[in-house]
Amino acid sequence: MPPRRLLGEGIRSIVMWAPLVVSCAYVVLFSLWTTAVSLTRSTLLPDYSWAGWRNYTVVLNSRNWQVAYANLAIYGTLFVVLATAVGLLLAVLIDQRIRGENVFRTIFLYPIAVSFVVTGTVWGWLFNPSIGLQKLVQGWGWTGFRFGWTIDRDLAIYAIVVAAIWHGSGFAMALFLAGLRSVDADLLKAAQIDGAGPWRTYTRVVLPTIGPIFVSVLVMLLQFAIKTYDLVVALTAGGPGISSTLPALVVYDFMFQRGELGRGSAAAVMLLASLAVVVLPYSAFRLWQNRRRFARV
Amino acid sequence: MSALTIRNVSKRFGPVQVLHDIDLDIDSGAFLILVGPSGCRKSTLLSIIAGLESATEGSIEIGGKPMNGVPAKDRNIAMVFQSYALYPSMTVRQNMTFGMECRGVPKREQGAILDRVARLLQIEALLDRKPSQLSGGQRQRVAMGRALVRDPLLFLFDEPLSNLDAKLRLEMRMEIKRLHQRLGSTIVYVTHDQIEAMTLATRIAVMHRGVVQQFADPDTVYNRPANLFVARFMGAPPMNTVPARLDRDGDAMVATIGVGEAAVRLPVPDLPAAWAGRAVVLGLRPECIAEPTRHFSDMEGTTITLDAPVEVIEPTGAETIVLLRLGGEQVLGRVAPDLRLTPGTHARFAIDTRKICLFDPQTEARIA
Repeated sequence: MPPRRLLGEGIRSIVMWAPLVVSCAYVVLFSLWTTAVSLTRSTLLPDYSWAGWRNYTVVLNSRNWQVAYANLAIYGTLFVVLATAVGLLLAVLIDQRIRGENVFRTIFLYPIAVSFVVTGTVWGWLFNPSIGLQKLVQGWGWTGFRFGWTIDRDLAIYAIVVAAIWHGSGFAMALFLAGLRSVDADLLKAAQIDGAGPWRTYTRVVLPTIGPIFVSVLVMLLQFAIKTYDLVVALTAGGPGISSTLPALVVYDFMFQRGELGRGSAAAVMLLASLAVVVLPYSAFRLWQNRRRFARV
Repeated sequence: MSALTIRNVSKRFGPVQVLHDIDLDIDSGAFLILVGPSGCRKSTLLSIIAGLESATEGSIEIGGKPMNGVPAKDRNIAMVFQSYALYPSMTVRQNMTFGMECRGVPKREQGAILDRVARLLQIEALLDRKPSQLSGGQRQRVAMGRALVRDPLLFLFDEPLSNLDAKLRLEMRMEIKRLHQRLGSTIVYVTHDQIEAMTLATRIAVMHRGVVQQFADPDTVYNRPANLFVARFMGAPPMNTVPARLDRDGDAMVATIGVGEAAVRLPVPDLPAAWAGRAVVLGLRPECIAEPTRHFSDMEGTTITLDAPVEVIEPTGAETIVLLRLGGEQVLGRVAPDLRLTPGTHARFAIDTRKICLFDPQTEARIA
């Protein structure tokens, strides 16, 4: 092999393999290590004395963990359903070939470009009774107006839901819009001639056609929801008390606030398991879809 | 009864005029084909008839009723699309009943109509399949079925056969013709394939650059093309068009192709004396140039035999296409397949002079 080509090959393999090895080390090795640690009595520092499943039972029985998972259920469901709905609505509205489509698309898509910390901080200000919306409306004269969701134990989690929807629905919109645009224009004409109104055209013809996009959007948003950490930290810090905490915060809390490495790792492994429950069936679905496409070709 | 009347229809996209003063009128039961090269706006015209697009000017009547401003669903039409446009998430059955469902046809009636059409098109076995599980030909049938369940005043077909392979295309072409003969429905059919146009149509509108070049029955379009564009578009291979000069020869008019020794003189239809001495374009169908033993007609003096150099031969099995020179100009002829011609030599050919067309080289319109 001529030296030049050898060099090219060398560079190519370095470029390809180095990131692969590094990410494998990070993801796989540390996952395995965390799993190992979760089965030990580690506290502030890792120690490798066998503890069995004790960390898991302790975490599962802890109030933090139970509140976090109850919150995740509320937050995950509301966020995924509503962000999908809002995203779909925005996509359908933009799909009416409106004037200034690019402007709207950019506006709605922008939140996803903003980091969760920024989203959380800004919505934190908006929800803050002494500087946010409540102050503004009261300043206009409605002194009885109350909008202090983040300081209310029962409402704090919904404040997070609202901020997350604001953040994520533009992303859903972008995916849906791409799907709507990929629908064959002749299908719409056929529906028009068949006499289907806009509602029937969307519900019976267009949306079923983009079914696979629904699956993608739901899975993306759901794993988004399960991983949520920085939004909560910036918006409510899990409070008041632990009323708006989420599993990722509990992991952090165990590991670095309380110095319970073993328990934190157990919580992290369970979090990973929840993600796997969402992502693995989806990957299987995608694989099956690709196989079927190949089979047809 | 007039099934479709198009009057002075023009269409502009901004400053660009894409359809110019279209005037067409067909009777009920007619099979109108809009044919032309791609980009001639035949599909735009079809969309305007369907009500999917609106005309900038002019009016459209379907079944005697003015249709300006009437939405597509109320025009009593059915359409078959080039892409078939079957709803991918619905079964064949749902695809076919969706329109009836939208129009509020009672369930039992829907079932009866579905059964009848499915039997007519022989797609009963496919009713519970999804479009993705069908072959191209089967999709084509379902798309026609979806149109047939409606029993409309007008069927619109937008290049329905262009996505099929050659063999299937022939089959479906025959089938569409049979359906038309059997149901007697009125059809407007868009295609770029002039053979489809010739085989299916009762009326042909040849379009080019948004203008109807000729609107007539297939026979007239083929034998008496209105202008050079139609002459060169219809027929495969198309009409030979060569420059010629007109002269008076006693009482008759004669066209001369070429000069000097190679010049060929052909008797042409009578024309006003003013044409004598003028240059024209002479049109001659390839099938009017054949082997010397061919007997075109019993009429005296309509067949001329002459010697011509053979350049290329293309045997197709059923016949042989010959590229020869007539007065120095390249023309195509169609001779019997058993005739063994040798390229580079001279051979005798018979020319049928009855079907010669003459065109004005400036306006390109036919003068005789």
